[in-house]
Amino acid sequence: MYVAVKGGERAIENAHRLLAHERRGHRTVPEISLVQIAEQLALAVDRVMTEGSLYDRELAALAIKQARGDMIEAIFLLRAFRATLPRFGVSVPLDTGKMQVRRRISAAFKDLPGGQVLGPTFDYTHRLLNFDLEDQSSVPPPSTSEAQDSAMPRVSDLLAADDLIEASPQADAGTPVGDLTREPLSFPAERDLRLQNLARGDEGFLLALGYSTQRGYGRTHPFAGEIRLGEVEIDFFAEDAGFAVPLGRITLTECQMINQFHGSAAVPPRFTRGYGLGFGHCERKAMSMALVDRSLRARELGEEVKAPAQDEEFVMSHSDNVQATGFVEHLKLPHYVDFQSELGLVRMMRAEFQAAQSGEPLAEAAE
Amino acid sequence: MNSDQPLLAAEGLSKFYGRRLGCRDISFELYQGEVLAIVGESGSGKTTLLQLLSMQLEASSGSVTYRMRDGVARDLASLTESERRFLFRTDWGYVHQDPAMGLRMAVSAGGNVGERLMAVGWRHYGRIRSAATDWLDRVEIDANRIDDAPRTYSGGMRQRLQIARNLVTAPRLIFMDEPTGGLDVSVQARLLDLLRRLVNELGLAAIVVTHDLAVARLLSNRIIVMKGGEAIESGLTDQVLDDPREPYTQLLVSSILPA
Amino acid sequence: MNAPVYNFAYLDEQTKRMIRRAILKAVAIPGYQVPFASREMPMPFGWGTGGVQVTASILGPDDILKVIDQGADDTTNAVSIRKFFAVTAGVRTTTSTNEATVIQTRHRIPEAPLREDQILVYQVPIPEPLRFLEPRETETRRMHALADYGLMHVKLYEDIAVHGHIATTYAYPVKVDDRYVMDPSPTPKFDNPKMSDCAALQLFGAGREKRIYAIPPFTKVVSLDFEDHPFERYRHDGECTLCGADDSFLDEVITDDRGGRMFVCSDTDFCEKRRGDAA
Repeated sequence: MYVAVKGGERAIENAHRLLAHERRGHRTVPEISLVQIAEQLALAVDRVMTEGSLYDRELAALAIKQARGDMIEAIFLLRAFRATLPRFGVSVPLDTGKMQVRRRISAAFKDLPGGQVLGPTFDYTHRLLNFDLEDQSSVPPPSTSEAQDSAMPRVSDLLAADDLIEASPQADAGTPVGDLTREPLSFPAERDLRLQNLARGDEGFLLALGYSTQRGYGRTHPFAGEIRLGEVEIDFFAEDAGFAVPLGRITLTECQMINQFHGSAAVPPRFTRGYGLGFGHCERKAMSMALVDRSLRARELGEEVKAPAQDEEFVMSHSDNVQATGFVEHLKLPHYVDFQSELGLVRMMRAEFQAAQSGEPLAEAAE
Repeated sequence: MNSDQPLLAAEGLSKFYGRRLGCRDISFELYQGEVLAIVGESGSGKTTLLQLLSMQLEASSGSVTYRMRDGVARDLASLTESERRFLFRTDWGYVHQDPAMGLRMAVSAGGNVGERLMAVGWRHYGRIRSAATDWLDRVEIDANRIDDAPRTYSGGMRQRLQIARNLVTAPRLIFMDEPTGGLDVSVQARLLDLLRRLVNELGLAAIVVTHDLAVARLLSNRIIVMKGGEAIESGLTDQVLDDPREPYTQLLVSSILPA
Repeated sequence: MNAPVYNFAYLDEQTKRMIRRAILKAVAIPGYQVPFASREMPMPFGWGTGGVQVTASILGPDDILKVIDQGADDTTNAVSIRKFFAVTAGVRTTTSTNEATVIQTRHRIPEAPLREDQILVYQVPIPEPLRFLEPRETETRRMHALADYGLMHVKLYEDIAVHGHIATTYAYPVKVDDRYVMDPSPTPKFDNPKMSDCAALQLFGAGREKRIYAIPPFTKVVSLDFEDHPFERYRHDGECTLCGADDSFLDEVITDDRGGRMFVCSDTDFCEKRRGDAA
């Protein structure tokens, strides 16, 4: 005797408990701490902060722990938390030119003021699994030198001084900066919303798009003008005080791409720009973002729009991995009512097909 | 309906791209039932002119006036987006050189021809289908192909389908951009025949852009010859082609290879 | 770390105000998709965040909330959403359609006719009825503004030419108040007639796509069709095995691996009431 299925609530509760159990793993294994995640899986934390749009290393570490290492799940947790926070306002624009630089490279020049500073990078490591890391490893202290006080001007500013690169687009001082988390996106999108969308965008998606431009799907002829990593001061204009107060420092990765030059009969040729920025140390993201930023300017720069990376609506509608995973995974939800309707139609059409084949008249379907 | 008033009138029409000239100071009047050919080599500005006349480009100066179905002459630049779209769906047709540009390649022939009817409110499937069948017949496409998508058609068939799609709402003015371009000579001849017949039967006005003087001769009553963005000669087609005044026109006419 | 304190029904008042403004616009223009600044919610986009935001914005402490998915109160996502509101709003919840003042639903309209004092909130995945014919938002916006719906009818024409029938069985497009073409959400076309001249207010929330739309009470809603291929409701031709109803939408249940099938009412509350079970 068929009994209607019930007990969904109990099932969910038990599922939650099982999840918590699996998250903890073997009880004999020491529980991972937030500080271990923040310190030793720092790049994971950086990614979660960047795509979660919230700079808080501890919270990001908590999200990663709760998400069992699933990055998009962690990003989702951080975003949902962010949505509950009160908003005080907008900072003074950050001056990355004043960054306390820990790493700074330029592919465009052999040497430049401030020099090429390798910093902590995987770049020239040999990708050989290091079995010393299996247990507690003893890590010798890094080499040190005198702190540099010499100026480290941005490469794009150096080129701009000679008018070799287009000026950085100036925003209208009167117009408030748009906020993607407060207003729905509509197309065509202004640069502020476009950059926000890309900064929050999935690293893998942007990486693939950036890669595609290098392989000919909308070539932008990029050079890495500069990539810099370091700490930048945030200032906030306090109404009551009447002046800007420093709130603290955050770590940023910035990438300036130098792209295909443009000129015309009326205007001398100049290089064009692509820009990328992320929280913490995230070069792959910043570089991909800069490539895609430049690609999306195709229409603005009068280039033929043919490739996916140049298609503003396509890129910006699908860059948000929290939205993407929500919709992809929603297919797990019951869809049996709609499936029932489709089954009905297909069965009816099949019956008509059989009848037509055998030349029989078909009884009228009810309703 | 005052047929003594022009259907379409261009006045001092010019288009500049920065410092580059698209076309300059073009003026003419087109009456109901007249076919005007705009001929020239590539780069002459003829395509720019067609795009200006059909509201696909904005003029740098000058105007285009069109007499609507209610008899009122309207400056096209003053039309709202809604009025513009409606005009394109009902009173105007546009035949592209590449039929794929003017058709929905993955939609059946019936759907392609029926779309304009559905857009103006036809809601009876049977009637839409028979109107479509009717038109396929008139453009000499086998009615059995009504459910096939133009993806499965030959080039000539696609072009004829494009024409049917445009004519189904009885437009008064058709723009044609190299309608026989890219087709075999024998297919061209058949298509031109069809076009001439339809234009006559339906009393259409048409503006045909072509580099091919033979097409102009066959289809049009009047002709404008363009070079470097300027209209260098115009008049009755037969007169201009038989007795060209301008040296450039003479050159064009004399360089037609005999058939 | 400071743990956050949540407002009644989770959303802060500013957000609710923003959403209610969007709802008012939607009610003023029946069937028109109003963009709104959808928030990140604690459940994933695609799992009902639009419906949840609409419900959260209209819920008051005296409301009685029913949540259904596929017509059933006990499907996992309905359970999860009902629990969410029980915890964040402390409102009374019910499985009874008759008792509820706000009903949030996914993919079904209740069988029992709704009343003037009720609000039906639909969860919507893709609000744009033209989306699969024209992927560009810029273009579909224009089509709606100019009431340029030829493409929609071309699709219906093609269905008949190819299949002999209009091949859409759910999310069947409708024209609202003789003006806007609207997607009713993936409800089976069986439910379409219930939307027309309905006494209750119907609100539609799409969280991921960030749109809200509405059908005010007693509004004309017509399913698109051709005169000679009129709209037909579809339901499996049979009776509910549990309650005997022959006019409700039925779910097919596979009972064994030898082709055994059984059909039961999709609307669990309707079925239980007919059987005389208490909620």
